[in-house]
Amino acid sequence: MKYKALLLKGGRIIDPGRNLDRTGDVLIVEGKVARVNDGEAHPPADCVIIDATGLIVCPGFIDLHCHLREPGFEHKETIASGTRAAARGGYTTVCCMPNTNPPLDTRSAIDFVLRKSTAEGVVRVLPIGCITRGRKGQELAEMGELASAGVVGFSDDGDPVASSRIMRHALQYSLAFGLPLIAHCEDKTLTEGGCINDGWVANRLGLRGMPAAAEVNMVARDIALAQFIGARLHIAHVSTAGAMELIRRAKEKGVRVTAEATPHHLTLTEERVMGTRWGMGGGLPPEPGPLPSDAYDTDAKVNPPLRTTEDRKALLEGLRDGTIDAIATDHAPHAWEDKACEFGPAAFGVSGLDTALGALLGLVPRGELGITTLISRLTLDPARVLGPRFSGLGTLLEGSVGDVTVFDPEAEWVVTEDSLASRGKNTPFKGAALRGKAMATIVAGNIVYLDERLKPEGSR
Amino acid sequence: MTQQRQRDTATAPQTVERLRAPAWRHRHILDLDNLSREEVEVVLRTTDAMMEVLSREVKRVPTLRGKTVVTLFYEPSTRTRASFEMAAKNLSADVVSFAAAGSSVEKGESFIDTLRTLQALGADAIIIRHRESGAPYVAARHVEASIINAGDDWHAHPSQALLDMYTLRRHFGTVQGLKVVILGDILHSRVARSNIWGLTTMGAEVVLCGPPTLLPYPLLDGAGGPAMPHMPPVRFEAVIERALEGADVVMPLRLQLERQQSGLLPSIREYVQLYQLTEKRLGLAKEHAIVLHPGPVNEGIEVAPEVSRGARSAIEEQVSVGVAVRMALLFLVIGGGRG
Amino acid sequence: MAEKVIMGDEDIRRALVRVAHEIVERNRGAGSLVLIGMHTRGVPLAQRLAAIIEGFEKVSVPVGILDIGLYRDDLSTMDLKPAIRRTEVPVDVTNRRVVLVDDVLYTGRSIRAAMDAIFDLGRPEKIQLAVLVDRGHRELPIRADYAGKNIPTSRVEEVQVRVKELDGQDEVCLVSPSAVEKGQ
Repeated sequence: MKYKALLLKGGRIIDPGRNLDRTGDVLIVEGKVARVNDGEAHPPADCVIIDATGLIVCPGFIDLHCHLREPGFEHKETIASGTRAAARGGYTTVCCMPNTNPPLDTRSAIDFVLRKSTAEGVVRVLPIGCITRGRKGQELAEMGELASAGVVGFSDDGDPVASSRIMRHALQYSLAFGLPLIAHCEDKTLTEGGCINDGWVANRLGLRGMPAAAEVNMVARDIALAQFIGARLHIAHVSTAGAMELIRRAKEKGVRVTAEATPHHLTLTEERVMGTRWGMGGGLPPEPGPLPSDAYDTDAKVNPPLRTTEDRKALLEGLRDGTIDAIATDHAPHAWEDKACEFGPAAFGVSGLDTALGALLGLVPRGELGITTLISRLTLDPARVLGPRFSGLGTLLEGSVGDVTVFDPEAEWVVTEDSLASRGKNTPFKGAALRGKAMATIVAGNIVYLDERLKPEGSR
Repeated sequence: MTQQRQRDTATAPQTVERLRAPAWRHRHILDLDNLSREEVEVVLRTTDAMMEVLSREVKRVPTLRGKTVVTLFYEPSTRTRASFEMAAKNLSADVVSFAAAGSSVEKGESFIDTLRTLQALGADAIIIRHRESGAPYVAARHVEASIINAGDDWHAHPSQALLDMYTLRRHFGTVQGLKVVILGDILHSRVARSNIWGLTTMGAEVVLCGPPTLLPYPLLDGAGGPAMPHMPPVRFEAVIERALEGADVVMPLRLQLERQQSGLLPSIREYVQLYQLTEKRLGLAKEHAIVLHPGPVNEGIEVAPEVSRGARSAIEEQVSVGVAVRMALLFLVIGGGRG
Repeated sequence: MAEKVIMGDEDIRRALVRVAHEIVERNRGAGSLVLIGMHTRGVPLAQRLAAIIEGFEKVSVPVGILDIGLYRDDLSTMDLKPAIRRTEVPVDVTNRRVVLVDDVLYTGRSIRAAMDAIFDLGRPEKIQLAVLVDRGHRELPIRADYAGKNIPTSRVEEVQVRVKELDGQDEVCLVSPSAVEKGQ
């Protein structure tokens, strides 16, 4: 829905970049934020008005890490369905990872994604290019060409760059382009054959574990390299307390490292694999008892795996103090048959764009996260990670891009397959009642998602 | 002369029959973690009745006539599969064996598709051995048939633990108060895990001993927490001689030779030196102690041949008892209609 | 519910004595007999019959225990699965005269199951049936050779037999419903 002028009226405006938190109106004209004030006295003619009373109005969410699966895995997701899921979740910008087929390591692949996004996507799509050719970890990808094609960063996500020598070269070469290297930190010699965190749940279920050390090792390695080279490093999907400590100390020393964490790592723990009984917050005392009938839940199988309560608490602390810069969904949709099987061979991944807001808002009444910090980690801070080129995102400053999210922090909804716009129904929140839902998502002044309860009115 | 009395039957004694017949409420046998002490007793007593059937010349009763029992084995196993198949046949059930090799599974048929096909073919019970932990739980979620877990990777092997306990009951009259030592590769052992559940439910004391790389990781937590969270309390002994002192039962676990190949052990030689159950070590146990083994035995590795073939070995008895235990499980789970 | 005592302990004793004599008379001696009591209350009754026979005939008649749980045809209609107990028959039944002993004869289905069980143990020369109470309502062509008492009943009534060995007293009661328990 394209409108020349759009007025969001009477909502609670939270703009972390300016420390703004007050009720008022946001006026968007010709795709840009025109005015933010207490009450718009003179809306332009033909202005469409959305009544945002009781709702929160903030900059549009930015996801630094998601998998749109196109080209090559359209049975799991497409750019069209994935961006619709993003819009439904309140996201106005998503950065898509290059582990497609063919991988995004050439200009033509990037062009394909950009063209598809323009034609069929409903939100802003920023592509990420590969670090190594074919993501094989052996030769550098042509970062220069990828940069000029429009990538916002480089990653071999899905896999680490196993060779330290190649990672060093990649960090060094990337200096020419001023774009971050996004590191998937996993020591595969430790995680081989594993499918769950290496801890007591693995023992209880008889599953091979992936120890926390596998992440901590590689985070240490990559930070050391980044420090030595002076390059920009972004750590993807941090999941362990150990990694948190390393990142905190690295930042203190001035290393140019940023980090992200996923909604599922911030809200769930390894017990969730044992069944839906162990939902949000998990960490029930491990009393001996029978396994429930929904044990071995593949919807909770993800890499890096859900970790311990201590890890989750450390992540939340890092989120609060800024050690974790951004929340990124690592949206990883899968087809039914990829998850409807035994736990070992099931695919890793959580389909997260639809449920991120609802899951994260659950942290606020528990006192684990403040609402302004939450919004900042979804908007302003991811924009900062992307760099000054994207300073118009993640903010409601007058003149910035008209990407706005309107959400209801109280709206309750139950996660069912039908309620997800993504093709991937693999979410550990399936069947859960979440509190918090996007009501309107606006990209450059266009409403790309509108909850049926909100009806825009023509101007009076 | 007959007496006529009006009596309030609320206080009249119930028929003894009703008191002694608990409803068997488990549709599946996935592990022993959800069986109460009374329920284990029911299995063991039903096994008594089945042992009598096996003592006859014609080892057959018509109990499961018209029922179809399917064995679905993704891992090769002669003894367990044969044991289950004999159990089903003795109860007059129709038995169908489905081995993964050479079947549509090799052509890529998924686990759930296979299960649904078996359901459509009329399986009342599906006995599954699978190389993935949790596969029986997935099966139970997708089909109506009763699922019996014949071993899922490291996780559980309930019928083995039950037959171990039945063997112990035969020797000692009860499992209560026995000191049972499980030796060796605990980490990879579904037999150890199911036995831990079953034995502690029945009041035995369980002691584990093995090389650190073959123990579950949380066991090495020196923080004083429970040896294995969410599992029943067990004791861990690092030194085999101390573990065996005063044991009533010793269960050496099979050491797969791949463990040395995957870097978990320096050599088989060292394992034998530190952890093999020899006559000398067995001498530290109580005089009446017996030796159990889930089979097949790696003679000369986890147990010395003199011990596995010696007077205190109950290994062969385990095998013969196994058929009776599996008959009992099949009867309880699919005998008659659904309870 | 209302309970009416049909047989007291003396009635039961006299009935068993008479039945024991009939068994020996009809079989012309106790030589090739084996008494097989059906779980649960047929067992103490069989044991008592054997004791009585030994008393006047000076012959020790072997007594067996039979659990028909593995042979029933009514498992699917039952809410509770019966606890199965061991069948123990101390002699080979082949060429012997088996006297099955049960407390109540009703539809006859238990007896049918018992005969199947006995044929799985061997090939007896004859099978006869002795019951303490015959309450009618047969659904199969089965009859009692020896009955302690014939009690006409309606289908909603229940006959409860109590024996000293298991229940602390000997009596046979007829339970008529005001609120009927579903039959097991």
